[in-house]
This record gives sequence, C-alpha cells and structure tokens, in this order.
Amino acid sequence: MSKQSFKSWYKSGEPGIWMSGGAVAIAVIMTIGLMAVIAVRGLGHFWPSDVIEARYSVPGQPVQMLLGELVQEEEVTRERLAGAGLPIPADAPEFMRRDLFKVGNRDLTGADFTWLVGDWLSEHKTPEDIVVLERREWGNFYGRLVNVQEAGKVVAEGDAAWAELQKRIERVDGLQAKLNKLHKGDIGAINHGLERLRLQERKLELNGQLSDQAKADLAAERAELNARYQGLEAELMALNAEFDRDSATFKAIDGREVNLTLGKLVHAYKPNAMGPLDKIGFYFAKLWEFLSDEPREANTEGGIFPAIFGTVMMTLIMAILVTPFGVLAAVYLREYAKQGTMTRIIRIAVNNLAGVPAIVYGVFGLGFFVYMVGGSIDRLFFPEAAPAPTFGTPGLLWASVTLAILAVPVVIVATEEGLARIPRAVREGSLALGATKAETLWKVVLPMASPAMMTGLILAVARAAGEVAPLMLVGVVKLAPTLPVDGNYPFVHLDQKIMHLGFHIYDVGFQSPNVEAARPLVFATALLLVLVIALLNFAAVAIRNRLREKYKALEN
Amino acid sequence: MQHETHSHGMNMAALGRDKQDLNLANESTCLDVPGLSLFYGDKQALYDVRMSIPRQRVTAFIGPSGCGKSTLLRCFNRMNDLVDGCRVEGEILLDGQNIYRKGEDVAELRRRVGMVFQKPNPFPKSIYENVAYGLRIQGINQKRVLDEAVEQSLRGAALWDEVKDRLDESALGMSGGQQQRLVIARTIAVQPEVLLLDEPCSALDPISTLKVEELIYELKSKFTIVIVTHNMQQAARVSDYTAFMYMGKLIEFGDTDTLFTNPAKKQTEDYITGRYG
Repeated sequence: MSKQSFKSWYKSGEPGIWMSGGAVAIAVIMTIGLMAVIAVRGLGHFWPSDVIEARYSVPGQPVQMLLGELVQEEEVTRERLAGAGLPIPADAPEFMRRDLFKVGNRDLTGADFTWLVGDWLSEHKTPEDIVVLERREWGNFYGRLVNVQEAGKVVAEGDAAWAELQKRIERVDGLQAKLNKLHKGDIGAINHGLERLRLQERKLELNGQLSDQAKADLAAERAELNARYQGLEAELMALNAEFDRDSATFKAIDGREVNLTLGKLVHAYKPNAMGPLDKIGFYFAKLWEFLSDEPREANTEGGIFPAIFGTVMMTLIMAILVTPFGVLAAVYLREYAKQGTMTRIIRIAVNNLAGVPAIVYGVFGLGFFVYMVGGSIDRLFFPEAAPAPTFGTPGLLWASVTLAILAVPVVIVATEEGLARIPRAVREGSLALGATKAETLWKVVLPMASPAMMTGLILAVARAAGEVAPLMLVGVVKLAPTLPVDGNYPFVHLDQKIMHLGFHIYDVGFQSPNVEAARPLVFATALLLVLVIALLNFAAVAIRNRLREKYKALEN
Repeated sequence: MQHETHSHGMNMAALGRDKQDLNLANESTCLDVPGLSLFYGDKQALYDVRMSIPRQRVTAFIGPSGCGKSTLLRCFNRMNDLVDGCRVEGEILLDGQNIYRKGEDVAELRRRVGMVFQKPNPFPKSIYENVAYGLRIQGINQKRVLDEAVEQSLRGAALWDEVKDRLDESALGMSGGQQQRLVIARTIAVQPEVLLLDEPCSALDPISTLKVEELIYELKSKFTIVIVTHNMQQAARVSDYTAFMYMGKLIEFGDTDTLFTNPAKKQTEDYITGRYG
C-alpha cells in the first residue's frame, strides 16, 4: 500500500470504524462467553451422569474397587503427582491423567470427592443396578440395594426390592409434606400466637396495667393454644412414627452395609439404567428443586428459593423506597430550589455519593439505621420484647433502606435530567390555564418525566440488586429458610433476616466446608442472580418504553 | 381550497364593514395600562407603555423582533413572573383592578386572561382531557358538566366536527393547525374574559392560519382579544385596533384602518412600508 493511499484510508475514518466495531465485538463476545461459562458449569451439575465402577490399582498396594461419578479430569506432570506423595514409578509418562470422582458415602469414607490417577484405573463399567441416593444428611450414597424393611422385618429382597423401595419412598414423601405443613403451618401459628401473648403480657406489665382480669384472659388464651398444641403433638408423634417405619439396606462398594430409614432419602435413582428421556425428566425435576427448595447441608445441597425470594423482595422494597425519595429530591432541586452555588454544591455532592464504595454504606447502615434508628424504634415501640431486639438488629428493612440510600443519587440525577427536558411551552400552557405551579408539576410535568424516572429506577435496581458487601452488615445471613412473607400477622416481616443470591455465591463458594460439592452451585447461583437482575431490569424497561411511547411526540 | 378562499373573502368583507366607524374614544376599556415599565435585570425592555385595550375587540401588536410586543402581552397574565430577574414598574388594570397589586391571585388572573402560544402546546393527554384540564384544575369533575363544556369549547374553536369521534385519542396525534385550535378550545373552556394570542399562526401552514384567523373573528363577540403578530397582513385582516411598538416603546396605537393607511408617525410608516423590521 503506498503512503498516499494509507493516508487517505486513515483520513476516511475507516480505522475508527474498525476499532469501534472491534470494541463492540469484544464486549459482546465477553458477555456471551461469561454467560456461557456460568451456564454450562452451573446447569451441568443437575444432570444425572453415569456412575462408573472400576478397579483402582496403586502400585505396591492392594487393588481397590471404585464407584462414583467422574466430575473432572486434567493432565498433570509426573513430578507433581510424585510430589503429592504418590508412588509414581520412574518409567511413568511425562504427563499423567488425574481424575476427580464423586464417590459419596461421606459417613463411611469421610469425603465425597477423591482425586485418582486416571492411568491406574481399569475395567470401567456402568452396571445398571447401581443406586444413587440423595440423602438429607451426609451427601450422596452410591451402592447397591440389598433389601427393604418395614419395622425391622424384610419385606422385599433382590429384584423385587427396587419397585418396593420406589413405592415406599412415595409414601414417605406424602408424609413429609404433611409433616412440613404441620410444622410450618399449624405449629408455626401456635408458636407465633404464644410469642404474641408473651409480648402482650410483658407490655401490660411494663405499663402497669396487668390486672388479674387481664392475666386470667391471657392464661385462658394460652391454655387454648397449648391444648391445640397437645392435639397437634399427638398427630406429629404418630406421623413421625409412620415416617420412620420403613428402611432399606444398601451395600457400598467396599462391602459395608448401611441401613437407612426412608425418611432420610430425598431421591433414589439408578442413573445407569435411565434412558435419555428419563434423564432429561430427572434433570428438569432437579433444576426445579434447585429453584424451589430450601438449602440443605450448609447450603451445598438442595435449593436456593429463600435466596431468590429474599433478593427480589429486598430489591422491590428498595425500589418502593427509592423512587419517591429520589423524585422528591430531584423535583425540589430542579423546580423549587434557587439555582446557584448552593444547588451546584448539592449536585456535586449527590454525584459523588454515587461513587462511594458500597461497604461504606453498609457500615453507615449498621451504625445509623440498625443501631440508632432501629434501637430507638425498639425502645419506643417494642419495649416488651427487650432485651431481644426487634428492629435494632440487621434485617430486611434495613438492608432495603441501605440499598435505597446507595441508589438514590442515580434516581435523582436521572429524574433531574428528565425534568430539564420537559418543554417550557407545556409548563406555560398549564400555568396559563390557571393551574398553580404544584398542579402543573403534578398533572403535567411529572407524568411527562415518568420515563426518566423509570430510567433512574432501572439504574438503581441494576446497582442495588447486585450489591453484596453492604448487605452482610445490615441483614443478609447464610441461612434463613423462613421467608419474610407468611400467613402470620403482620404477614410481611420487615424485621426478619433474609438470604440473598449474591451473598449466597460468596458463602457457598468461599465459606463452604465442602468445596467440591459447592462449586457447581456457585455457578448455578451466579447464573440465577444474573437472570433475576435481568428480569427485574426488563420489567422496568418494558414499563419505561410504554411510558416513552405515550409521551414520545413531545420530546422532539 | 376553493371553498376556503371563498369563505375567507366573505369574512374579510364583513370585517371591512365592521371597521368603518371604529374609534378608541367610544370603546369600553377592558385592560388599561396607565404606565408600565419592565426590566430584565438591568436591561429595560418596556418604556412607560400607556394604552387602553377595548372590550370585545381584536387588538393587534405589531413591530420588529425584540420590540417588546410579546413581553407586553405576557404582562397581561403575569407570565413574566416566571422569568428570573424580571421586574415590573407601574400597573395594569383589568376591569379597574390592578393585577400587579399585592395579594393578587395569579392563578385566578390567568384563568380570566387566557393565553395561546406561538407553538401549539397540547398536553400529552387525550383531546377530551386537554380541554377538560382547566376545569378539572378548578375542581370541576362531574362528567356531565365536563362533557358539555368540552363540546361547547370544541365547537367554539371550530374543531368539534373534526374530532368528535376521537375525543379519547391523544392530542399529540393531531395536525399542527388542529393542535392550535385545540389549545384555543382549552383556553376558552375556562371562560376567560381576555384571550392573549402570541403569534398563534407562526408555526402553521396557510390553510391552518386561515382557519385560526376565521376563528379569531368568531371569538371576538365573546372575548377581548389581544394578538401579537409578525405578519402585517394578518394584523390588517383580523384586528380592529393595532399598536405599533419599537424598541420597547409604544409608538402608535389606533384603529387598524387608519394606522395602516394613514399612520401618524414616521416610524410606523417606515415599518409598514417595509423599510425595516
């Protein structure tokens, strides 16, 4: 290319187009790649992969039998394996395979995952009679079914045992649902009622109004609740006895036998005997469980529904708080405040507020909202609960309020810009009809600025929903399976602690006792967090676009 | 088009007859300006303007850009209050009452003195709600009353037949001329005494302009109309009286025929013969 034509090519702006196009392409590829990695790693976890039975012969040691799922394989150098203390023979190849197997049976062997040298495995088989048990405790069990027992007597053995087991697991699932309802519904309500009575009594006592009459009333109510509880307790005992009636014996690969009551099982399945359709069905059932269930085993098993619920609930409350607050501030700044040095300083301050690290808001929320405001609320309105705090402790409300403070600058800035864009002519049109400034604002200007407010809200949601650091200080905890919304008065419990997807990722990924089991859940949870935020955003964008459509003609 | 021209011609003829013996001295005064000066900060924009605007007549303000005619118009409903640093000296009497006195209810004043702006500025609401807006502001919310007022106002603005089947549609979907007549309907819905028109046709095409001019002629029987215009032909066509302003001063004020055919001041003559402006 001659110098002349390079120069003209440069002047044509072509390089700029290529560069900006390239930047966009990189951004798109990175986003898609990120989502793909998260999705593949997270969603693969729920697939019921085949269970492999193999011989594992470490040189110089007796041969062991292995039973488990292959999770990961990698190539490592001989030196590294030797350095790990393995008896690597001198003539071994430079690179050797290392496999990670999920072997389960934590109660027997101490760990569910084990690294093995792939080159020492032989005779891979996938026998169809292998049973995988998902248990409420101790993780998965891999082995073979020996027999099914009812009240200690064997009722089925051999080939008939599997069908019998399925039937009896179904029965236990039904009982489990009943027990759950009893625990959470009826007994929960009684507990709630008793607590309310205790607080009532304490309040009367504090006010010096605890007369004998009131005492008798309270005692009567309490007696009634207790009587109801007695009835339920009998029912509960009966159900528990039924629940623990059946058991089954399983044999692990090392020959040890384990007897488990069926109440301890979540699922029992034979992955090697499943066809592709069965596997797909099972996969989606597991996925649904992940979305709709409570976590088990230090969050490494089960679902994350409380975290989804907590995240959405907190974000919604944040949105409800931040919108009026931000809009009012913007209206005052733009419409009423005298424009000058003072307003300019306030604007700079508001913009800087948006740049303050989130953890600082967390500290502020803890110190100001939780201890000061919450503490004062407790002293004024809930003295009967003392010394147990009601609002003077981190909880849903304070998490939402802290996020609202964190996100309010965005709403203010966006709303102000929206207000500035409303044509002067429209305001004058309203004023010229005899409307006051407030009427004009309320009836004409604010509706027209509503798309801008929605933009602010979208940005606020995007910023707040993904925030984790401040939440650890003001209300999000590792495990809070009780949802902040239930059937007991006052139905929405703003003082309750919640779970949050972002914090869940941190907790499962870095605070878990079982790293290997938790890893896929980190990805699955991350994917879910992205989806939840995207969903919240799309909803807001859809509303904004509808509003924009409505007021479009005036913008130009 | 043919029809339009024809009716236009008719109106002009009627207008001509009306104008024959107009004399300011015989008119009843609606807005009296015994002396008014206006400042934007340090800059003076109006210099001791004195005039009496006659009731139920069309008064036109003409003059080159920046001569203060719009500023003067916006004094009549105190729209200038919205401008930062604007200060008014003197008074304006509406039916003998100073509208710049302390404690004047500006919202009520603006209801009595309606205003139509240069660019049509309908609200982003339905046609019906645009017209009902001023009434709703006054707390009138009965459907029956509103329905009647909306119909009457739209008829008054010669818009009813065009929009009666789509009252619930957005006003933003109308043409510019329709929008301007809607704004007029919206203004007369609150039954003002005075209509201030600030270059109402400058953003309109010729046919729409014609319709608005006809409308002005119709409305004269009910309202005192003050119109600011850049277009001297328009002033000549629609107005009974004309005021010529220049550099913030009222140069000449008299009946339109005389001012255009036999101006008393040299500056007026220069302007209407197109020597400047």
